[in-house]
Amino acid sequence: MDPKPPENAPVTRRQFLRNGARFLTMTGLGVAAGALATRSTAAAWVWQIDPARCLHCGNCATQCVLEQSAVKCVHAYALCGYCQLCTGFFTPEPNELTTAAENQLCPTAALKRAYVEDPYYEYTIDEQLCIGCAKCVEGCNRFGNGSLFLQIRHDRCLNCNECAIARSCPGAAFRRVPVTQPYLLKSANR
Amino acid sequence: MLRRLKFIAALGVMSLLALMLSAEQRFPTPDFDNGYRLPSASTPAARQLWLQYADAGVFLAALGIAVWLIYKKRSRRGLFWLSLFSLAYFGFYRKGCICPIGSPQNIVYGLFNPDYAVPVTVLIFCFAPIVAALFAGRAFCAGVCPQGALQDFVLIKPLAVPLWLEHALSVVPYMFLGAGLIYAGTGTGFVICRYDPFVPLFRLSGSIFILTFGAAFLLAGMFVGRPYCRFLCPYGGLLRLASLASKWRVRVTPDSCTQCRLCEQSCPFGAMREPAPAGTNPDRLGAERKRLAWLLALLPALVLGGAWAGSKLGPAAAQLDPAVALAERYTRQQSFPVQYGLMTPEALSLQRASGNPAEILAAAADLRRRFDLAALLFGGWIGLVIGLKLLALSVRQSRTDFEPDRGACVACARCFTACPNERVRLGWMPAADEPAPP
Repeated sequence: MDPKPPENAPVTRRQFLRNGARFLTMTGLGVAAGALATRSTAAAWVWQIDPARCLHCGNCATQCVLEQSAVKCVHAYALCGYCQLCTGFFTPEPNELTTAAENQLCPTAALKRAYVEDPYYEYTIDEQLCIGCAKCVEGCNRFGNGSLFLQIRHDRCLNCNECAIARSCPGAAFRRVPVTQPYLLKSANR
Repeated sequence: MLRRLKFIAALGVMSLLALMLSAEQRFPTPDFDNGYRLPSASTPAARQLWLQYADAGVFLAALGIAVWLIYKKRSRRGLFWLSLFSLAYFGFYRKGCICPIGSPQNIVYGLFNPDYAVPVTVLIFCFAPIVAALFAGRAFCAGVCPQGALQDFVLIKPLAVPLWLEHALSVVPYMFLGAGLIYAGTGTGFVICRYDPFVPLFRLSGSIFILTFGAAFLLAGMFVGRPYCRFLCPYGGLLRLASLASKWRVRVTPDSCTQCRLCEQSCPFGAMREPAPAGTNPDRLGAERKRLAWLLALLPALVLGGAWAGSKLGPAAAQLDPAVALAERYTRQQSFPVQYGLMTPEALSLQRASGNPAEILAAAADLRRRFDLAALLFGGWIGLVIGLKLLALSVRQSRTDFEPDRGACVACARCFTACPNERVRLGWMPAADEPAPP
């Protein structure tokens, strides 16, 4: 704070310019903020994957800034056929239809297979293990119903201002969605 | 072999089924007899909205406390604790996003992309520190910015940066700002966020490149005070401009300067300026006026030259945009096909492009036009920045006291206790020991 100048001290040129610049900037900021406020939103944005555009490339597992990606596989149970030969679960040429490791497509055994009734099996995802590599999503989409798909899990996502996976997504499947509807889920009645 | 045949047969049956049921689901969800109920996928919520507003509230409060600490309390210790809090809260707890440094990109992105409305919290984060700087200087840098706090804490042996280097490097933030804004305006991405050296450290994860970048800045920050703030931070550049017009300024001494020069060495950021005689030297007046006139005449030439040079950069700048890059790869693929591996991102994106080449190429052409204009503006901006820097260097400054440069001072309050008058005011030293004014 400058010491108080005498009451009738003349305004120097620098002071005048400084005051002018300050008032102009304040006005400019006010106008900009006002103009933006009419177009702004009280809500915030979060990132999400549009499953219709996802190409299952595997970038989600490697490009996220988190060591274990915020993207995980999600299962739309209402779309699932509960197949015995699930092409999202088994490798293309399984030795037999069992949960033996060599038969499984998932590199971390995050996709669990449980018997429901003959000949149906339930497939669930262990999120602790899932790395978002989309191998199961690819298998399920290629030969099945596409009930397995990738979503950003918002309990993990840091909501970076610029999503590192979005930048390298070959399908341009990432987009900002309102925080009030943070998931783009697949549903049966489409 | 048998297994393979079985598998192929199974696939064949499945495809046949798929064909039959192509109108419906390929394998409809069964009706279970044993009362099995379909589970539903969990959808953990994003960070609550009220928490985001709470963040903005904490931010405004911290900004207010910083101003109070700098001007009323004149307390370095208080600022230290405030910046420690900011480092913990905005840095390691909130992981750096969203921060004011990147927020101008959101504003510009919002202006040019009708699909994106700027959230109110982002407006607060972007504008509040600038308004504060217009009245009280860089209070944000002093106590609220986690990136600044981190660099402040690692500073152990500040070395003076030669003035010529300091001035030369001080234009870099404005160039970075210009680059960040054109890439945000064209919707390519937020490069300022991409090359933030410290946010990956807050997250404790990131690519090797960016972590090395951050570590290099921290290492340099041990010997050069706040290297990112001074020589790269685009938002610091904005605040520097705003604080040039600030209503109040940070003063080393609480009342009058005794010209004892004790404060000279206290500033680790090269912001302290020594007194300059107010009177004009008639011998040099003519030469100085001439230089000023030449530089004023040079300014439009620099802007135009920059714009011309920038307009040549358009196509190269557009390469960074993924949509443009894809269109170019697609066009190249038509004449010189390259075999990309199965299921690689490159192959998949090319497949997507070949599905609707017209749309991809049209989008890329539109983006290239945007980039031509953006690069022209960027070049002009660079010319303007350099021209104004030269002008600022040749405008005579008159100072009677030792005082920090309005723009360069980050208001860290280190110099306050170097002043004997301040020590007397604080009661650390009897008034009798005070050096006599000259």
